[in-house]
Amino acid sequence: MELVWLIPALPLLAFLILIPFGRKLSDPGAGWFATLLVGGSFAVSAAVYLELMSRPADDRVVHQVLFTWIPAGDFSVDIGFLADPVSITMALFITGIGALIHMYSVGYMKGDPKYSKFFTYLSLFVASMLVLVLADNLLLTFLGWEGVGACSYLLISFWFNEEANATAGKKAFVTNRIGDFGFMVGTFLLWMTIGTINYVDIPERLGGITELTATAIVLLFFLGATGKSAQLPLFVWLPDAMAGPTPVSALIHAATMVTSGIFLLTRLEPLLFQAPIAGEVIAWVGLATALVAALAAVAQNDIKKVLAYSTISQLGYMFLALGSGAIVAGMYHMITHAFFKALLFLGSGSIIRSMSHEQDMRLYGRLRKYLPITSITFILGWLAIAGIPPFSGFWSKDEVLAAAYSSENLGVLKWGIGILVALLTAFYMTRLVIMTFFGPKENWRDPEKLEEIGVASSFDDSDPSADAEAHHLEPSHTPKESPWTMTVPLVVLATLATVAGILNLPFADRFKSLEIWLEPVLTHSHEAPVATTLFILAGVAIVAAVLGVIAAYFVYQKQKIPAERIEKPALVHALYINDTYAEVVAGPGTAVFQGIADFDATMVDGAVNGVAKVTTDAGNGLKPLQSGLVRTYALTLSAGAVLLLGYVVMRMSF
Amino acid sequence: MIGLLAHTPDDLAAGNFSHSVSWSAIAPALILMLGGILLLVIVSVFRGKLSSGFFTAWTVIVAGGAIAAAIPLWHDVQEDGARSEMAGSVGLDGFSLFVTGVICISVIFAALFLDGYLRREKLEGPEWYVLLLLSAAGGVTMASANDLLVLFVGLEILSIAVYILAAMHSRRVTSQEAGLKYFVLGAFSSAFLLYGIAFVYGGTGTTNLVSINIFLADNVITQNGLLLAGLALLLVGFGFKIAAVPFHLWTPDVYQGAPTPVVTYMAGGVKVAAFAGMIRVFVVTFGPTYVNEWRPMVYALAVLSLVVGALMAIVQTNVKRMLAFSSISHAGFILLGVLASSDQGTAAALFYLLVYTFMVAGSFGVATLIGRTGDGRQNLGDYRGLGRSRPGLALTFTVFLLAQAGVPLTGGFMAKLYVIGAIVESGMTVLALIAMLSAVISAFLYLRIVVSMYFEASTDSADSEEPAELSGPPVRIPKLAGLALGLALVAVLALGIVPGPATRVAGDATAELVPEVEVPQ
Repeated sequence: MELVWLIPALPLLAFLILIPFGRKLSDPGAGWFATLLVGGSFAVSAAVYLELMSRPADDRVVHQVLFTWIPAGDFSVDIGFLADPVSITMALFITGIGALIHMYSVGYMKGDPKYSKFFTYLSLFVASMLVLVLADNLLLTFLGWEGVGACSYLLISFWFNEEANATAGKKAFVTNRIGDFGFMVGTFLLWMTIGTINYVDIPERLGGITELTATAIVLLFFLGATGKSAQLPLFVWLPDAMAGPTPVSALIHAATMVTSGIFLLTRLEPLLFQAPIAGEVIAWVGLATALVAALAAVAQNDIKKVLAYSTISQLGYMFLALGSGAIVAGMYHMITHAFFKALLFLGSGSIIRSMSHEQDMRLYGRLRKYLPITSITFILGWLAIAGIPPFSGFWSKDEVLAAAYSSENLGVLKWGIGILVALLTAFYMTRLVIMTFFGPKENWRDPEKLEEIGVASSFDDSDPSADAEAHHLEPSHTPKESPWTMTVPLVVLATLATVAGILNLPFADRFKSLEIWLEPVLTHSHEAPVATTLFILAGVAIVAAVLGVIAAYFVYQKQKIPAERIEKPALVHALYINDTYAEVVAGPGTAVFQGIADFDATMVDGAVNGVAKVTTDAGNGLKPLQSGLVRTYALTLSAGAVLLLGYVVMRMSF
Repeated sequence: MIGLLAHTPDDLAAGNFSHSVSWSAIAPALILMLGGILLLVIVSVFRGKLSSGFFTAWTVIVAGGAIAAAIPLWHDVQEDGARSEMAGSVGLDGFSLFVTGVICISVIFAALFLDGYLRREKLEGPEWYVLLLLSAAGGVTMASANDLLVLFVGLEILSIAVYILAAMHSRRVTSQEAGLKYFVLGAFSSAFLLYGIAFVYGGTGTTNLVSINIFLADNVITQNGLLLAGLALLLVGFGFKIAAVPFHLWTPDVYQGAPTPVVTYMAGGVKVAAFAGMIRVFVVTFGPTYVNEWRPMVYALAVLSLVVGALMAIVQTNVKRMLAFSSISHAGFILLGVLASSDQGTAAALFYLLVYTFMVAGSFGVATLIGRTGDGRQNLGDYRGLGRSRPGLALTFTVFLLAQAGVPLTGGFMAKLYVIGAIVESGMTVLALIAMLSAVISAFLYLRIVVSMYFEASTDSADSEEPAELSGPPVRIPKLAGLALGLALVAVLALGIVPGPATRVAGDATAELVPEVEVPQ
């Protein structure tokens, strides 16, 4: 199969053509064009997938080297693609969901003045993401890694005349740079240790690696992963990233980019098993993130923020699985999550659009009758994420929890916290569904409430087609269902979210298609608990999910318990983690930079302006010499020389 | 062994000057020098009859000619090995020829940007080009010097022309201020360098690099205070020219004040020549025996440049100053290649210098255009809305900035990768970590500029849907400047996507100290 390169090339082509011709293609031409090419990329992925399927299990690898990128002696790196079960699985759902979200955006972005630019960035994102997963070496993955980061940044800042978006974009940039540092150092360390960064060669050369080195490398890459995949301590950017357009939230900040951390560790799976301590760290960080984010999600009123925290929480589950050594479970949950979370985000986009871009759920209520398709598909997504059988989320989450249970250290405790998170998930998702589609009344009809909550909270205030008054929700507003370009993707994703569980059913080994499919690539397999244990664990999980749903029903539908007793301020602020960072950055951090700036202003910057002024006044070209600044510079230079000579003297006297 | 030496002090004392002069060996420097002088003559004869385009064309052709002259020499050297010429004072090797090429490239870019600049500023032309060519001749001399005194002469030829160039914008006070500052401090630092040369002479009895190299290999001197002090003083001189912290303070002021096209050469060609001299002295001459003595000092300069360059750049509001600090942090990166003190390190440094020349020419080239008449619009705010009014220019600048930040698929990434690789190979992992951290921090600076071009709304129109329009008169892109930007853009991308050919050439550009073979009389 020499077609692998086409998978990233097609979206890249869309990007390259949209740069010059985007404006001409305009609305909706540019959107359909990009959708078509991403769809084409999906078709190629599917073809490669079928090709791989037709081969014997241990021959399911297509390694295509286009050319040598860096030919320097022992550090030789290719532009090469590696299509194996792991990467082609990723490619399939990236292009598949990507195409659906492109199509959805054709409707969602309708009338936006920067319509073609949006699709330009979105195509570049898909191309970068595909380079990330299909690369055959870490450096090329890093290229994609940087690329998706840049696109994420560009798309968050999409409506750049809004302060919130610009700030959010910057936050995403800074946290991701911290993660990138881990990636870079990890790559160098790996290369120094085993002399290769090619995924094909890594497993063969791991023989001599010490556990300490392996742990260090894995933890460095995990630092990179925490940045991209929004885990503690670098998760703060993701909720803010929701300032971007909703299709972007769905594609980048829920389904694809944020899973690249999971993908990276899956790729480095042979290394992961050389570093049990690192695995333990990953599991606990994932678990802690899952819990913190689930707690925060309980108290959010912005519909997209609930989903953002929910995404962070579910990503925590995936890291829990990886850390427990259950790579397949991690991938499984990643796939089902991509389906149902993309669905939920697109659904929320449909709701937001129908509600004049109001995102505060306190102004929603009883939307079910206005938005039939959106509500039905959304409810399917809700059942999936809440862990109700037989929807997909139940199966994958169950597998993650089982893996946590059977892990070596404190397995039961990990499982217990996992169950708690599952209960919380069911609770906050039910809360969201009730506040939006059910509930006692249509809240936006209450002018007082509208006045109180409405204007201030809407920051996705972006619908450019609408005129000024349509930006604000009116009590007389009647929500309308979205156009077919938006509902078709919802239906497709709802179907997938419902049935994706069949990918890996636990009943018998032959039902575990995903495991069988991925197994040849993985060097270690994970032992699942015995059937009876599994059955009991699943039972507890179902009980937890149902409890969560019922609790939320009593609080939000029946309103037997006031919501304020649950939605504590600490939860609203995600345990103040974000605020703590802000304080550190605003306090000592700013002080340091202010110090540099002051130093600069007095020592250097002041110099030019000051001197220029003096010179102009005096009209004397020799003035700068008398200002003392040149003398200061010369003095510094001499001081440097003295220091160097001092070193020489020191060296001589020892 | 001694008999093979080019000339020893004894030879000199005996008046033994029977060396043939191989003019072809110094052809590139000669072409640049004569090209400059000839231009001056032509201008005086045909005063007023020549269009300013002629000067640009002349300069480009002369610099191109110097490159063309270097190519056959390159092939000679690759086949027959390096050699010494001119009584052992000029080294002809792959290294000096590579650097010659890079300096000439920098001259070509400066000339292309100068053309439109001089018209826009309504300044008289020919002297700029003459000085540029003479300065380049000095740089080439410096790069191929096999004798500390020749190196010093080259450095002075290089510098004095640039001092004048910095002050050439006769109507801008800041330009004259920059020239004066540069001159006073430059002269000061030259004194250190000369003093260092004297110390080295005192320690080894010669100024010839080949002889020094042999002297050090033959005599086991573990603790030569004189020599060490000489190295420290030489480092001050080089540190000033390459703008390494703490000898960098002049850089932002001079870059900000000097005419922007001149800065493309100052930050490019001048630095390249200075690094070449530094590598020749520190790595090639003192490297094999004295590396442990000088490494700690250079290490300190590298760390300081990496950290201070990155941090100071962030807090600037003037784009030329930002780029000045970023060039300081680039110097830190190139110093990594020097520190490695290996063939790999030297090749990495050379590749970095090549990429850097294109990046810096492109970046300051854009700054030249944005400065508009008066060359004064260099604040971050002046770049607002460029993405809208001049999308092509903004995109080009974005690529240069991303390249400087070290984003993959640009030459800047490759350059950083190679120097960090070289330093890791030499076992200095902590330094590699600092370098990567510095790259992470300075990425923020480049982002700031990109953001202001594309995203930032001007404060007064925060409510409007449209991004701010570029303030002030429209940005005009003269044809030649556009051509230069295009060339730099292609080069920066090509060096990132297919770095192979350039790295091979940089790898072949080894610096060698070979004694001159005496021709039998």
